[in-house]
Amino acid sequence: MPSLKSYRLRIRSVQSTQKITKAMKMVAAAKLRRAQEQATAARPYAEAMDKILASLGQGAAGGTGPRLLAGTGADKVHLLVVATADRGLCGAFNSSIVREARRVVRALLAEGKTVKILCVGRKGRDQLRRDFASLIVDTISDLGRPRLSFGDAQKVSARVLAMFEAGEFDICSLIFNRFKSAMTQIVTRQQLIPPPPPEGEAQAPAGGAVHEFEPDEGEILADLLPRNLTVQVFRALLENAASFYGSQMTAMDNASRNAGDVIKKLTLQMNRSRQASITKELIEIISGAEAI
Amino acid sequence: MAKVDFRLVMPERELLAVDADMVVVPGSEGDFGVLPGHAPLISTVRPGVLEVFQGGKAEARFLVVGGFAEVTGTRCTVLAEEAMALADVSADQLAEREKTAERDLAEAGDDAARARGERGLSIARELRRAQAFALSRA
Repeated sequence: MPSLKSYRLRIRSVQSTQKITKAMKMVAAAKLRRAQEQATAARPYAEAMDKILASLGQGAAGGTGPRLLAGTGADKVHLLVVATADRGLCGAFNSSIVREARRVVRALLAEGKTVKILCVGRKGRDQLRRDFASLIVDTISDLGRPRLSFGDAQKVSARVLAMFEAGEFDICSLIFNRFKSAMTQIVTRQQLIPPPPPEGEAQAPAGGAVHEFEPDEGEILADLLPRNLTVQVFRALLENAASFYGSQMTAMDNASRNAGDVIKKLTLQMNRSRQASITKELIEIISGAEAI
Repeated sequence: MAKVDFRLVMPERELLAVDADMVVVPGSEGDFGVLPGHAPLISTVRPGVLEVFQGGKAEARFLVVGGFAEVTGTRCTVLAEEAMALADVSADQLAEREKTAERDLAEAGDDAARARGERGLSIARELRRAQAFALSRA
């Protein structure tokens, strides 16, 4: 049976771990709130962008639009943008994204397509490197410090656009975690290039207003599409950040609770062993006294 | 009197949402004023000064950089890559920005960086010009 002292040391070590996880939980909760606020604040821009795109889309429908909208017409080479976090200690956040990425990559490879991977965030690269080191084109990390900005999204989308213009891929999709609540995050795969046709096209002429365009439709589209890509990436990164902190908060909450359980168990064992040793000493004294 | 439901949004957040009497937007083909009942229009925006009018005078003025304006009969939405209140930006800050842009251009290594540098520089120049003009009128 371990000595009392070793119990005390172990309890103390678990307690300090608990302090750390508790603090991390608080920090994650605060950051989660900030991330959610940011996501809410970014919504008007994305919505306005969608509206403009929808009214432009009416004119440019029919697959004759620019390549960013219509795609290259082929689906030979796929680019997967895998957005994870730079850091761990966040439950299954990173691994669930990576698991989905692996599944998609395997499925695409099985269909005979070429796959390229662009990692956003260090953790995704670290995990994907084990299986698909040769497919990873590049890694973009250290985004969102101190907070996620539009410029961060631009870094990613600029890279994607440069590759697209160089004809390095046909279809680009993004894998990230959609934020549902602090407990649940949904791994989502979103196709960026070419963008999927908008839902409910039947009711497209909303308001019946036909817009005038200045300078002209084509030029606006050429300007708008790259920017829309950035907005989509930005939105995904914001969702990802909120998911990350949500996941981290839940994970740290669990860890604190587990630490509490361990402390309780250890304290019980310590008290038992203390009582056992007291009883033993008493028996020794009594039997000694009786022997005289 | 009817008003225009005006919104100025940046990617990170909504900067302004008011009912305005008139909005003057720096369109890429020239400035245009938006009054209630304006014909539907989508235009690109050049770097310049955007003015929001209430009761005959410019109540709020913003420096905007690149983006789009969507106008319908009742509403005007400006999507700006960057936007800041004119009063918050000093001439020195913009001069500094132009200098930084010049340096970036000089240090540009490849074609992509050079294109980006050129774009940044022309934006900085346009902004300075627009600001000087707006201030001279005020």
